Amino acid sequence: MENKPSKPDIKELNRQLNKEALLTLGLYALFFLWWFGMAYGLADSPARILGLPAWFFMSCIVGWLLCCAGVTVLVKKFFRPLDLTQFEQPDEREDGDE
Amino acid sequence: MNNLALLLPLAAYLALMLLIAALVTRKKHAGGFVEEYFIGGRSLGGFVLAMTLIATFVSASSFIGGPGVAYSTGLSWVLLAMIQVPTAFFTLGVLGKKFAVIGRRIKAVTVTGYLSARYKSEAVVLIASISIIAFFIAMMVAQFIGGAVLFQNITGYSYLTGLILFGLVVIIYTTIGGFRAVVLTDAIQAVVMVVATITILGAVISAGGGVEALVDKIALQDPALVDANTVPKPQILSFWILVGIGLLGLPQTTVRAMSFKDVNALHNSMIIGTVVVGFLLLGMHVTGFFASGVLTGTPETSDSVIPMIVMQVLPPFWAGVFLAGPLAAIMSTVSSLLLLASAAVVKDILLHYSHKPRPERQLKTAAWFCTAVVGGLAFVFAIQPPDLIVWINLFAMGGLEAAFFWPTVLGLYWRRANATGAIISMLGGVAIFLGMGIAGVSVLGINNIVFALSGGLLLFIIGSYLGKKSDEQTLELFFG
Repeated sequence: MENKPSKPDIKELNRQLNKEALLTLGLYALFFLWWFGMAYGLADSPARILGLPAWFFMSCIVGWLLCCAGVTVLVKKFFRPLDLTQFEQPDEREDGDE
Repeated sequence: MNNLALLLPLAAYLALMLLIAALVTRKKHAGGFVEEYFIGGRSLGGFVLAMTLIATFVSASSFIGGPGVAYSTGLSWVLLAMIQVPTAFFTLGVLGKKFAVIGRRIKAVTVTGYLSARYKSEAVVLIASISIIAFFIAMMVAQFIGGAVLFQNITGYSYLTGLILFGLVVIIYTTIGGFRAVVLTDAIQAVVMVVATITILGAVISAGGGVEALVDKIALQDPALVDANTVPKPQILSFWILVGIGLLGLPQTTVRAMSFKDVNALHNSMIIGTVVVGFLLLGMHVTGFFASGVLTGTPETSDSVIPMIVMQVLPPFWAGVFLAGPLAAIMSTVSSLLLLASAAVVKDILLHYSHKPRPERQLKTAAWFCTAVVGGLAFVFAIQPPDLIVWINLFAMGGLEAAFFWPTVLGLYWRRANATGAIISMLGGVAIFLGMGIAGVSVLGINNIVFALSGGLLLFIIGSYLGKKSDEQTLELFFG
């Protein structure tokens, strides 16, 4: 049952959503590389930052902070707004079957 | 030990949870009962969505279990725990918007509902529902045990007393209040967890004479505790699958992707989630690590570490305040699992098979009954506690991932995915994971989830090519 004047273009939408998913995956991969590189790259160094072993400080604490920054950039710059109300289906009776 | 000072903040906190549930039932909302009870009518804003994701995900493992292991294993275990930092943004970024769109188009309120619409298969629905109920009960039992042990260690009251006290509170407020109560209490509980973490971390560092001094002392005691390589690489890397990527398969996280009100909420909660989860995990696990430089007694199990350190460094009233933290973690996790298990029974089994719409009163009774019974079952199993919480939790988590990961992800992104693929993937994946676990098989120190997911993927692909294609209508609905 159509209740909207123009059907939302799902194909086009999916293209954008797939792009966002890939970018998310990309950021995830970046975090992994940082986590891995810092932890195992600095593992043998006796250096300390703020009292903690350098490998730990860089991979876990700085890593976390960079992750927060990364997500903010990802979401603010690359993710697009989307009006979800166009997908709402009318709410006639209590759902019992699809 | 001044038990009253300890119990006061705790009692106030539990009473608050019950109050919220009662208030939430009063308000009438638009929309049908099922949508309201199980998914809050799709109205979650950014802050609350983030908080509920965090609270649901951060559980007894993160607050007690994990930090307890960090005590004996050291900073490399904290390194492992940090794998979970990108969880919030990863789950929401890959699945969030698609689920928001699809969920509205097919009017699904559960992951099983989504699977049903995508694969149009009774077998898939059945396997999914049974998996949810079985593994969720296991996860709930693990949480209940964690809470009762903690309560016992801190207050000195019996394990059973603690179990009854907060076990009943969470079952009651979940049953009466449904999704909204769960989500609101989650939001409060997330805040409580943050406060608790700051409290204990501060107290431990202060008791240890500062970070520098503590690390020096611990390094002297046992160099392995400050070594990055203490946890072997195959184990830690395979955890990127188990508590990293594999989380896309967990129904309790993916269902939240169906429940938010707009895309702004989604975007904000990706950010907030990353900030807060990272903070909580870091804070609590580092506390566990620092405990090895501060604790004067010897803990009998890993799970006793946090309770012991709390009793040692905090005065009774603040110990009570802190206790609200892990209890919050547990109650929020249990309430979400409980509601989903109940939804699995009511929506995915009862409503699915009944061929006429049901009056609201009947649904309400069924929902309340299911929630109470499932909760009661978990409670009963927890009365006789087995061993470490961390491992039961991971076992159940792996089972769920083995079952749901591929059907969920491939259903959204691969046109060829069909019921045959889903069925053999679910059955095969779980069989591999459980089978290897029960037989005690370990290959090169790699976690079994890696094999379960690899096998599951292979089976999914084979099945999808062997079986018939999904019908045009379904494909149009999902892919346009």
